[in-house]
Amino acid sequence: MSDLDTFREEIHRWLDQNAPPSMRTPYKSFDELCWGGKKARYSEDVLHWRDVMAERGFTAPTWPREYGGAGLSKAEAKVLAEEMARLHLRPPLIGFGFWMIGPLLLQEGSEELKREHLPKIARGEVRWCQGYSEPGAGSDLASLQTRAVRDGDHFIVSGQKVWTSYADLADWMFLLVRTDQSAKKQEGITFLLMDMDSPGVSVRPIRLISGASPFCETFLSDVRVPVRNVVGEIHHGWTIARALLGHERTAIAEMFKEHDDAIGLVDAARHYLGSDIADHTGEGRIADPVARDQIAQLDIDQACFEALLARMQAEARAGHKPGHESSILKLYGTELNQRRRDLHVTIAGPQGLGWSGPGFSEQELKATRSWLRSRGNSIEGGTSEIQLNIIAKRVLGLPGL
Amino acid sequence: MSLVLSDEQRMLGRSARDFVTGRSSLKRVRTAREEGEGFSRELWREMARLGWLGLVLPEEHGGAGLGRTYLMVVLEELGRGLCPEPLLPTVLLGGAALVAGGTAACQKEHLQAMAAGERLLALAYQEPGSRYSLTHVTTAAERVDGGYRLRGEKIQVQGGGAADVLIVSARTHGEPTDALGVTLFAVPANISGPGVRRERQRLLDGRDATRVQLDGVRVGPDAVVGVPEEGALLLGDVIDGATIGLCAEMVGSMDAAFAMTLDYLKTRVQFGVPIGSFQALQHRAARLYIEIELARAAVLEAHAVFDDGADREARSLAASMAKAKCSDAFLQVTHEGIQMHGGIGMTEEHDMGLFVKRARVAQMTFGDAAFHRDRFARLSGY
Repeated sequence: MSDLDTFREEIHRWLDQNAPPSMRTPYKSFDELCWGGKKARYSEDVLHWRDVMAERGFTAPTWPREYGGAGLSKAEAKVLAEEMARLHLRPPLIGFGFWMIGPLLLQEGSEELKREHLPKIARGEVRWCQGYSEPGAGSDLASLQTRAVRDGDHFIVSGQKVWTSYADLADWMFLLVRTDQSAKKQEGITFLLMDMDSPGVSVRPIRLISGASPFCETFLSDVRVPVRNVVGEIHHGWTIARALLGHERTAIAEMFKEHDDAIGLVDAARHYLGSDIADHTGEGRIADPVARDQIAQLDIDQACFEALLARMQAEARAGHKPGHESSILKLYGTELNQRRRDLHVTIAGPQGLGWSGPGFSEQELKATRSWLRSRGNSIEGGTSEIQLNIIAKRVLGLPGL
Repeated sequence: MSLVLSDEQRMLGRSARDFVTGRSSLKRVRTAREEGEGFSRELWREMARLGWLGLVLPEEHGGAGLGRTYLMVVLEELGRGLCPEPLLPTVLLGGAALVAGGTAACQKEHLQAMAAGERLLALAYQEPGSRYSLTHVTTAAERVDGGYRLRGEKIQVQGGGAADVLIVSARTHGEPTDALGVTLFAVPANISGPGVRRERQRLLDGRDATRVQLDGVRVGPDAVVGVPEEGALLLGDVIDGATIGLCAEMVGSMDAAFAMTLDYLKTRVQFGVPIGSFQALQHRAARLYIEIELARAAVLEAHAVFDDGADREARSLAASMAKAKCSDAFLQVTHEGIQMHGGIGMTEEHDMGLFVKRARVAQMTFGDAAFHRDRFARLSGY
């Protein structure tokens, strides 16, 4: 038996012994999972599952042990993921710490910053948020205006961030600030880590057309941030920021892969539009040929998208250098989600119009809001137009104007 | 399931690309449309020597017995050059039918010769009005003392003009659209006396498509391919297998049409700048690129499904997914290719026309996108 097989057996047994039954059930959204941090409340089972997994470093399987990970090889991490899937286990801990700032610190952070922050992420003690966008800096992110002025061992930071997801629940923020006013716009930017409990930080939630949202505005008024919290070099944060955007796009694409099956357009179409089997067994051919064709088109495009995702992941594992795949995945993944949500409401017909009150099922109300919410997918994390620019320029080599 | 090409497959792809660039210019493709059989016998023999005709043929029949992904990389390169040689009809239609259902004697007689480039095969399954249905068969096979007599008309037989043997679907039982009652026969194409009349039909892509009239041709009982009356099932398997091969060819062709367009965007100057610097065109080019990548991924996955020995339903689903995607993408890439080239793209002199014509024929070969979406939905239970 190979080492990997032994590892698989041991892991399987350990997972089976340690996972509470409630952590072996499917989850409908990321909200049901543990994001860590001091500000959100979680059930006992969720916390127990997080802690036993963190104890073995399995919340961050490939991170080195000294930073709270399990130090697994890629092959071993794959085995762990496979065994977790086989037992239908929920992820013990998720969040921007794992998707964004953690990988970035591993790549670019000083030894001191790694030792300070990574173990807290891996244990779920600290939850992170991202301070990138500003009211005047959306697609043109490098035009950001939040200022950081040096004062001895500190920066004094003032400005406003917007679209900071979960800023109200986060303990720390990684953010971009302008440290040199006179330099060209990409060159005076610094990448900082900031404690959200610092004096001068205030947060206000943003309501969307779909209702409540995790987005916030974050106001920074003379916030003191130690200079040792700079990642990389002062004034040279832009390259780091861009590297992180790649991680973000990949994470977004992954999210759309996970959740699409949950919508069940076929069942919805049979329910609202009827099928050729009249006995309500929930089976049969969808009676409306247009909706049926649209669903098939969507399912085929989704299958192609997943084949592409799988191919890119396989190539990455085989050591082929990644290019700008994350732009394709972000663009197409979000558009698929938008098409699906749109079609869902269209199929529901007048039952897709409910906002609140009687006459609508919970599912119908959710479908309506999900459609509205999905309109933001092609904006957040870099608009579709920016992704198309990236593909045109960096992949296809088309000239700038 | 392997979604990364092996080193061996990459090498095969590179040598196929070298062969096509070195030996098959688009100018050659252009003249082949007008002359002779519509393809080059010389290149055909070279393809046989390179081993391409026997790549997926089982070893017991004298082939290399390799997986479908090997043939995929070759077909993609042939598609890149729009090569009209009848590899797909010979190997993946006629050849695949014989591998699946030919009698031992029939296999022995034809398959090794096929791999050697000495025997051309074709599958005659379409009829006037059959559209994409494989069970719409009115050609009749009447039992006569110890054999069969075939009467009927087959149309648009790919590679049918040059074929030495035609695999013909004919009805031995039932009504014209019944699923059961179709039987396949291996019919020698050059029969003297009352037999097989062939006329070249001109399709817009210029490839060999032949109308075959069967005027009471007689074949022996050993001409039956596969299980009598159940020929439609075998036919379906063969068409699925050929469909993913066609998709591989389409990916190569759309890639080439896109490369040509991209090159034009970088070099054509208007308003004092390359037109590719305009965002309106950049974004459309980026969209085309994504569609091609999706099509390529779908085709690669479909081949992996076949190579993994998946069951019939999984193979059909994969084939329909790939064909629906490729049909739409290839047309879109060539339509946009013409638009982005402007007036020059409309001229007969420019090569974009070769690609858009091929895209239209390929779209409808083995079923267009709407047909495959319907089939995908049916196979998925809705």
